[in-house]
Parts: sequence; structure tokens; C-alpha cells
Amino acid sequence: MSTEARQPPAQIALKIRRILGGKAGWNGIAVQFVFAAILGWIGYEIVSNARANLENQHIAAGFGFLRNNAGFDVNQTLISYTGSDTFLRVFVVGLLNTVVVSVVGIVFATLIGFIVALCRLSPNWLLSRIGELYVEVIRNLPLLFQILFWYLAVLAALPNPRQSISLFGLAFVSNRGLVVPRPVGESGFEAFLAVLGFGIVAALALRYHARRALFQRGHMIRIWPYVLGLLIGLPLVTMLVFGLPVTFELPQLKGFNFAGGSRIIPEFVALTLALSTYTAAFIAEIVRAGILSVHSGQMEAGASLGLSRGTTLRLIVVPQAMRVIVPPLTNQYLNLTKNSSLAVAIGYPDLVSVFAGTSLSQTGQAIEIIAMTMGVYLLISLLTSAAMSIYGWRISRSLGA
Amino acid sequence: MSDITSHAYVRRDLLNERPAPVKTTGFIGLVRTRLLNSPTNILLTTVGALLLWFTIIPSIKFLLVDAVWTGKDRTACLTENAGFVVGACWPYIQAKLPQLIYGFYPEAERWRVNLTLALSVVLLVPLLIPRLPTKGLNAGLFFFAFPVVAFFLLRGGGITGFGLSWTAGLLQLFADSITGGGHVLLSLGKTSAIAPLLWVVGNIVVLLGTAISWLIFPLVWLREQIQGTGQPVWADFAVTAVVVSLIAFVLGGGLRTGWRALASSIAAFIAIAIVIKLMGLDHGGLPVVTTNLWGGLLVTLVVSVTGIVTSLPIGIALALGRRSTIPLIRIFSIAFIEFWRGVPLITVLFFATYMLPLFLPGNFTVDGLVRALIGIALFTGAYQAENVRGGLAAIPRGQGEAAAALGLSWWKTTSLIVMPQALRHVIPNLVNSFISLFKDTSLVSIVALFDLLGSLRASFSDPKWSTPSTAFTGFAFAGIIYFIFCFGMSRYSLFVERRLNAHRRN
Repeated sequence: MSTEARQPPAQIALKIRRILGGKAGWNGIAVQFVFAAILGWIGYEIVSNARANLENQHIAAGFGFLRNNAGFDVNQTLISYTGSDTFLRVFVVGLLNTVVVSVVGIVFATLIGFIVALCRLSPNWLLSRIGELYVEVIRNLPLLFQILFWYLAVLAALPNPRQSISLFGLAFVSNRGLVVPRPVGESGFEAFLAVLGFGIVAALALRYHARRALFQRGHMIRIWPYVLGLLIGLPLVTMLVFGLPVTFELPQLKGFNFAGGSRIIPEFVALTLALSTYTAAFIAEIVRAGILSVHSGQMEAGASLGLSRGTTLRLIVVPQAMRVIVPPLTNQYLNLTKNSSLAVAIGYPDLVSVFAGTSLSQTGQAIEIIAMTMGVYLLISLLTSAAMSIYGWRISRSLGA
Repeated sequence: MSDITSHAYVRRDLLNERPAPVKTTGFIGLVRTRLLNSPTNILLTTVGALLLWFTIIPSIKFLLVDAVWTGKDRTACLTENAGFVVGACWPYIQAKLPQLIYGFYPEAERWRVNLTLALSVVLLVPLLIPRLPTKGLNAGLFFFAFPVVAFFLLRGGGITGFGLSWTAGLLQLFADSITGGGHVLLSLGKTSAIAPLLWVVGNIVVLLGTAISWLIFPLVWLREQIQGTGQPVWADFAVTAVVVSLIAFVLGGGLRTGWRALASSIAAFIAIAIVIKLMGLDHGGLPVVTTNLWGGLLVTLVVSVTGIVTSLPIGIALALGRRSTIPLIRIFSIAFIEFWRGVPLITVLFFATYMLPLFLPGNFTVDGLVRALIGIALFTGAYQAENVRGGLAAIPRGQGEAAAALGLSWWKTTSLIVMPQALRHVIPNLVNSFISLFKDTSLVSIVALFDLLGSLRASFSDPKWSTPSTAFTGFAFAGIIYFIFCFGMSRYSLFVERRLNAHRRN
């Protein structure tokens, strides 16, 4: 007679229940069944209604329209585009315009945001009050209001090109937008770029090597002279050999408008101004909260180790603050990108404006066009949140170690 | 001991008074310690003062000093007529004020808008002051009674039935849609590979629909009887009042403890009857003002209040769904929330304007304002869901476990124990969402609704008032209104936050 432990019963029913209904069991399965039936019914209604409505309006469903000629012009294009190009190209043009305004907006918003945050944290009473005033005023006014304010009030009040405001004779501001010198690539441009790229890669490799030496063997290697040489000296030498890589074409006033230079349309200026100042107010609050979240004992501990104030900030306070700052900061960048869709209100040709606006009214393909537009933004935000989860995972891993 | 005192030096005369320490409080102290205490700080203070000098002074000059206060048209606000560089052109705001507040709402009916605003203030202010009693009644009036009254006040129109007719209609629609679903399954079954299965399921569903329509037959019959009488609204009202009061009485505990429920039910129905009588809902109500005539601040407030009232229940439902143990509901909630949070509001409004009409049956049109409201409610609901979820996560597990140990069901645990605590936790976040909702209402001007910003923009194109300072004046006026609302809400949220965290203050 063996007295080995008996196998537990198979519990197949339990396992099925668990898979189908989760922790809620048979009740859960029933609820899910009803829920799925309702969802299916709603989905069926939507599809059948949409099909009937499209038939009534004589619109062919599907993405075939993307190959048709658009037949309208876009006043800011990064890639070559004419009215005879397809709707697919309109989509790409709009997407690129969205990307441009978002990237420029993010750069300026970060700059202004950090400056305002430093103002608010400043021991100077007046500056901290000014920072507070900025944040309160900007945050409590709608973004669309600010965009329209810059576009309809401020930029429209600027003089016409003949009396435009000159910025050191290089750039000109008028109600037609901003005219800046245009860079023109010369013969040495490719060589210059290649050398610059090499310099950046080599500098990064040096830094990596120095950090390894410091962390693993405790050797301090002074690398900044070499880095400086690689980043500035080498390109300078290249310039001497091959000649100037870029020359600038200055704008000249000819008749009623400017010739030469590149024109930045007023819509872009208004949108970038509004987006960056608006988001900067939120970024300032995030940065301030992040820096205040580092305990003051950290600063004192750094001082007691004999580190200078700058070194303490750079090595102790800022890395800890960044951990708090980065996730909401990324969220603000995402918000800025989504908010750039307000361009449609002033006619800046971004994705929503040229694709969900003009193309939609020309083709009537509401379902496809709005789905594509929403899909782009959804993809961007899902990618960002995935990146943030990886960041959070790395932070928690480094804290655990 | 004694030789210590004998050797110790004892001072016999008073020390001279030292000068008072440098003052570190008050205005002088502030200037000394935080403005001019070091060369860097002096430089920063100068920079700040210059900044203020070049922003604040011109603004005040524009708004007050150089402003024109009276006039009939643009000529009053032109520099050559006024004799000085003209700042704000206030007569323009005076002339456009009705349009900025009411839009094209007929002038004779504007008292209805004023009455609605007054009602909302009367109900909202006591709700916001924590010390005042009867929060439950107040909240019920604001969140349930006020929207209905406001709808009939602002839009006008009457009712043709009451609770019983509506219930009968809804149930009939339900039975019809189930039967319809069964027929669809049967017709699909003719061409499908799993035909027998579909046939069986379809027949069962059709049977279910027929059974329900038989079950509700008495209700439908009663409705027809009521419609046959001379006063359908009042007959229906009486029947509904009797039925609901009886149900309240029985559920409240019958003869022993049900009297209180009965009394409150009767009181509620008397109040409803008074409202119906006052507004004449039983015979057509007030003249209808269609929503395309609405505009200005009215639309801004309607959109934001509707958004606030509808987004919270959606948010709570989605937050609970996201924490549900049932996989399908959880997955659906996550997908729903992440979808709406991932797209910009303007695409949601485009979706509601262009795509939603395609999804509805062809004979069914939705008002433009209602479409925007649906889009905004879903969008804000997803954000509120994340706020509420944050509150739910902050409640210790022990609370739910204690409730389970007392034998409370899931619904009772959630509604009596967990949710009240969770919502209290996140009031500041909810108010912050309301602030961004209020700001986002300006986006409806892009889909051809004239809210405050849209009306403002429309008023710029009036040639009668086109002067160089018109745009700045208009933006100053609208900006002040937006700022007052948003700043007020954010201060209130700070106040509530401080009150909730009173125990943590040292």
C-alpha cells in the first residue's frame, strides 16, 4: 500500500470558468455574453446604417479616393506638392506640417517653461511673482483664444511688408509673416555634414569610454578638450579645406513684397507662439514641482561631501528631479502635438486642416478620412505611452538595484 | 558652592542697548532680503521691473486711460476723431454685448436665459459652500431636476405624456429591437456556414422579443387609454405618481417605516406638478427657440455644464469597468478610455459632426449642438474615468474587505463605502478637468457653433465697428470672462484641497 499524495482533481470546469469569466465566475460569463451581444448589435446597426447612408449619398466606401487628384493648393509644404498631386500626398504634407509645428513648439515650450520655472523658484521676490503671474494668466485662458489673439489681433496689427520691422537687417516681421535668410548649400556641404556627424559619434564614444573608466576602474579621464576639438575644431578645418558649407541668401524688399530669403507664414508664427507659451506654463509647473520634490537634505548632503553647488545640482538634484519631471513632461509634449490640431481655426495647413478639413469637404469620405486622422494621433500617443512605460520600468529597476 | 559665587564675576551694570536687528518683515524687509540683497538680485529685480513696466503699464493704459467709453459706431474710436491714440473701444463691446451673451436668441425670450442662469447660480452656490446643509437634496436638484427644467426653459416646447408613456415607449422599442435582431440572425442564417446554429439562436431571440412584447402589453394598453382622455399629460402624471409612490412606500418598508418614503415621493411629485403647470408643459410650453439661434456665453455655459453633468457618470462607469474582474468589460473600458484620451478634441468634434450622422438611421437627425455635446461628453468622460480610477486606487483594500465582511453586496460596497471616499479624494482633479473642459468648449466654434469665442470672431467682421483696436478690445473682454471663470474654479479647487488635507497640516 503506497501512501503517496493524491493528485488534485482536474478542476477542468474551474479552469474554463476562470479563463472565460475571470474572477467573477459564471456570473461573469453571463454578463460578458450579454455585453458582447449588445456591442455586436450596436456594431451591426452602425455598419448597416453607414452603408445605407453612403448609398443614399452616392459615396463609394474605401480608400480608393487617396489616388485621386486633390486639386487644391497648400500654402506651406515641406515636400514638393502641386494641385495635381494625390490625396495621399496631401495626407503626408499635412502630417509633416503637424510634425514641424509640434517640434518647433516643443523646443520653444521647453525653453520658456524652464526659464519660467527658474523664475518661480528664484529667491528674488519680484521674479517669482512675475513667473506666477505668467502661469496663472496663461493657464486660465483657452488655447484657441490665445491662438486667435496672436493671429487676429497681434499679427494682423503688424505693418505691411513695406514698413516691416527689421531685425538687424537679417529678418523682417510684417503682417505677411516672418522673412528669414535662406541657407543655400555649397560644394563643401556634404563633407561638412559627414565630418560633423563623425565628430558627434566620436565624442559620444569618448564619453561612454570615460564613464566606463570612472564607474568600473575609478579612473577620471579628462575628455572635454578632445570633445571640443572633435565638435568644433574638426568642422572648422573642413571648412578651411572645402570652403564655406552654407551661404545665406538675405531677403530684399522688392516692390510690395520680399524677394529672396524664406518666408514663414503668419499662421505658423501665431500657432507656434500660442502653443509654446501655453504649454510652457504647464511645463514650468511640472519643472517646479520636480525640483521641489527633491528633499533639501540632498543639497546639504552634497555640500557635506565637499561638492560645489553646481556639481551638487548637476549630479544629485537634477537626476532625482528628472525622474519626477520626465513622465508629465512627455505628456505635455504629447498634449502640444494634439493641440497643434487647433491649426484648423486659423488655416495653418496641418493634418486636421488640410486632410480632415479641405479633403473631407471635397471628397465627402468622412469615415475613412476621420479614421485616418484619429489613427495618426492615436498611434503617436500610444507610442509615447509605450516609451514612458519602458522609462518607468527602467527607473524602477535602477531604484531597485 | 559658596566659593563659586565668591570667585565668579558678577556684572553689576546693564549692557548698552544694541541697535535693532535689520528688519526682515514687512515691505522694507522684503526689499532688503528678497529684492536688493546682492548684485545679482539687484540686476534681476531691475529686469523684472522693466518687464512689468513694458507689459502692465501699456495694458492699463490701453484698457482704461486711452479707452473710448461712449460712441455710436466706429467713428468714435478712430484716432483722428478722438484726438489721441485710441486704446480700447468699449462702445463696440456695449453694442455687441447681447450677441456675445445670447447669440441670436430672440430678444423677447431672453428672460428665459436670465432665469436659467439665475436658477443655476441659486442651486450651485449652496452646493459649493461646504458648511451649508442638505447637500443631498441640493445635488439632486442641480444634477437631475435643473438640467430638465433648463432644457424646457431654454429650448421651449412641451410634453405629450409622462412616466408611464415613456416607460411603455422604451420597453416597446426594446422588444422591437430584440425581435429585429432575431430576424437579422435568421436572415444571416440563410447564407452562413453555421446556419443551423444561427437559426436556433435567431428563433430563440425572436421568441424572447415576442414574449417581452406580450409582457408589456398591459402597459401599452394603459398608455392608449390615457392618450384617449382629454388631459393625457395629467392622467399619465397621476397614474405615474400613484405607482411610483406605492413602490416607494413598499420598498421603504410598508406600513411600518414606509411613510417617510411615501411623503418625500408625494412632495417630489407635487413639485414636478407645479413646475409643469408653471411652464405650461401640458399645453405646448414656451415657444421653441432652436439651437442654431443660441450663441455667445450661453452656448459656452450650456456646453460646459452639460459636459460636467454628463461626463462624471460616464467617468465613474468607465473607471469601475476598468477595475472590473470581468475580462471583456475591462478590455472594453481600457480600449474606450485610451482611444478618447489618445485623440485631440477637435478630431472628436469632427467625428461627432461628420461621422455620427452616418452611423444613425437615415430618418434620424441630431441637432448640431447635441452632436458636439455627445462628443465632448465622451471625451471628457474618458479623462474623468482616469481621475476617478486614481481615487479608487487610493482607497485601501481593507475598506472593501470590511464592507464584504459586513455582508454588503458589490453595489452597496461601491456606492456606500468605496465611491464616496474615492470621489472626495479626487475633487481637486475633477475640478481641474472641469477647468480644461470649460476652456475646451471654445473649440465648438470650429464646428460652426457660435460660443463666446465664435461670436467674438463673428463680430470682428462687422464693418460698422472695424477699427485698429477692435480686435484687442474684443479679446480683452472675452479674456477677462474666461479668466474669471477658470481662475475662480482653480481657486475653489485649491480651497477644497486644503480643506480635505486639513488633518495633514502641521
